[in-house]
Amino acid sequence: MRLTGAQIVVECLKKEDVKVIFGIPGGAIMPLYDVLYSETSIKHILTRHEQGAAHAADGYARATGKVGVCMATSGPGATNLVTGLANAHLDSIPLVAFTGQVPTSLIGTDAFQEVDISGITLPITKNSYVARDVKDLARIVQEAFYIARTGRPGPVLIDFPKDIQLAQTEFKYPKKVYLNGYKPTFSGNVKQIKAAVQEIKNAKRPIIYAGGGVISSNAFPELKDFVLKTNIPITTTLMGLGCFPETHPLSLGMLGMHGTAYANYAVSAADLIIGLGVRFDDRITGKLDEFALKAKIIHIDIDPAEVGKNILVDIPIVGDIKNILKKLNEYVHKKKETEWLKIVEDFKRKYPLKYNNNEELKPQYIMETINKISKDNTIIVTSVGQHQMWAAQYYQYTEPRSFISSGGLGTMGYGFPAALGAKMGCPEKKVICISGDGSFQMNQQEIATAVKNNIAITMIIMNNGYLGMVRQWQELFFNKRYAETTLNGNPDFIKLVEAYGGTGIRVNKKQELYPALEKALSLDKFVLIDCLIPKEENVFPMVNPGSPISKMIGVDKL
Amino acid sequence: MRHTIAVLVKDLPGVLARVASLFTRRGFNIESLAVGHTEETGISRMTIIVEGDERVLEQITKQLNKLIDIIRVKDIFPQNSVERELALIKVNTASLLIRSEVMQTVDIFRAKVIDVNSQIITIETTGTEDKVNALIELLRPFGLEEIVRTGKIALSRGSKDISTSKKQDE
Repeated sequence: MRLTGAQIVVECLKKEDVKVIFGIPGGAIMPLYDVLYSETSIKHILTRHEQGAAHAADGYARATGKVGVCMATSGPGATNLVTGLANAHLDSIPLVAFTGQVPTSLIGTDAFQEVDISGITLPITKNSYVARDVKDLARIVQEAFYIARTGRPGPVLIDFPKDIQLAQTEFKYPKKVYLNGYKPTFSGNVKQIKAAVQEIKNAKRPIIYAGGGVISSNAFPELKDFVLKTNIPITTTLMGLGCFPETHPLSLGMLGMHGTAYANYAVSAADLIIGLGVRFDDRITGKLDEFALKAKIIHIDIDPAEVGKNILVDIPIVGDIKNILKKLNEYVHKKKETEWLKIVEDFKRKYPLKYNNNEELKPQYIMETINKISKDNTIIVTSVGQHQMWAAQYYQYTEPRSFISSGGLGTMGYGFPAALGAKMGCPEKKVICISGDGSFQMNQQEIATAVKNNIAITMIIMNNGYLGMVRQWQELFFNKRYAETTLNGNPDFIKLVEAYGGTGIRVNKKQELYPALEKALSLDKFVLIDCLIPKEENVFPMVNPGSPISKMIGVDKL
Repeated sequence: MRHTIAVLVKDLPGVLARVASLFTRRGFNIESLAVGHTEETGISRMTIIVEGDERVLEQITKQLNKLIDIIRVKDIFPQNSVERELALIKVNTASLLIRSEVMQTVDIFRAKVIDVNSQIITIETTGTEDKVNALIELLRPFGLEEIVRTGKIALSRGSKDISTSKKQDE
């Protein structure tokens, strides 16, 4: 069958079972859009900015576990994807991005809307291609999807010159991907696994530190088995929230800079840390030389480059977490010592998460209320800042893929488009997006996308009129000199959403919250709730940057 | 410490940029870099010489291994490898006296004269880096016009190789 390059890409997308694409057309990608125009099995969602398209594809991928797809034209369209690609790269999210490119004869001449997007995205993609020959196209698209979703997932970019979109060739979909430079390790080394079993057996004060890797590996049943079989307490990273039910007594919630005091104390007191799909990031370890000094470390991850990167590891196991946990579960036994569990219980009892729950509309109270009324099958999506930490702290995540947030890159403006993507991927679930007023305004143009496509998410703005997290740091470390963190000139968000034909509800007082939430969740459409929260509420506990995680501020003993 | 790293890569545009950027990001200066085809079509081999902290280098090696177009990466140790470098050296030999002295030095080093005119002799030499350095130092007083060096290439001794078929699975 002779097809054009554009037709070949669409055929490949169908083979990859792509249902939704997020993007914006432009000059250099018109042939591809022309083919999509008559393709009924793939839905294209027109965002209002390419960054929104990349984040939406990312949210879609996180919610479904499938590869997210976004598209943009050459030049500015492509550069607008960059933040989204970097975001997906740092959180290991499978994404395939297509960018239009000027015709091959013009590449390198600074032609109209030409940028070297493959060069620009080199350090923030798992791989990138410039499709210079239509004959390679099917292989490239197949490889891109394969690379994006296997091993440690990540974004892959395909730069697609306009003449190649129009060139014709015989379409043949390769039977198998063959990449001799890419062979992720799936099963862990047996000797190492046995060594880990021995350490787990010997440990008196073990703790599990689980992260996003557990979620990308779909290892929740295995992790649950492992925790229940061994009786070892578990704390998760921001990326790992939901990989183990936080309602379980062995769960210690999140650790790190804004983690629970009891998780940080437990990690600091542990004699064995079992790291699962984590990277010992600086937001977790605090001062690295003083992190978990008493502990041996088992580190299980699919990426060999993560092992020993930040911290020296006693037992590294490289491989797929699901596989390795299955193996571990064959050998481990319930720990009989109850003393450690008592210590951990004690930490939990003495140093709970708490805030001054007065008559004001506190952001923590908002999260607790959402936690109360939301059912299973709810996805919480956040942007970045104080609201993100409150959402992580004061909502109990019980299911994997129920918390979606920008972890590594910390991208303000991520939440709203990502929530739209999540809802497109999981229409049967309730999607609630939490954002600050600062974050929301970074991608608020996507109200149009939500309303026009009737993407029924509930958008909650925790509105304090500040770039709150930066203001908090200014309060704590810069003598309350609030340099450029006051958001004077915010729009009336209700009027804004109404201007787009959407629905908005303002919540001024605590008692208005519950009815507003109920109403929003019962309507099957996009609803924005603007919650006016106290202006200078802070996120606690907090580990000062550069301090060990056992030294937190904002923790009082009960 | 100084390291010699051999990298087998797919012969594709952009691969060199990917490799170089990993070193740049961690602040490593590549002292020399030699690239050429291998026994297998479509596969090139880079020999990279860098100086730097062991742990950071291990990290770079792992990161290199992650690149899709990179097939294998290996640290090559001097004690069990052979290494060579080629240099072309132009010496100013306007006076005949100098010329014969230069020719003698070339002989001692078993180097070759590959081009000559009334002003300039061009010398080719291969050998270890030390040998090339020594020859250059001896020629310097005569007046060096121009030097070009390929950068070191290296192979492990004997049957040890880093063939493309068995990417290490560590």
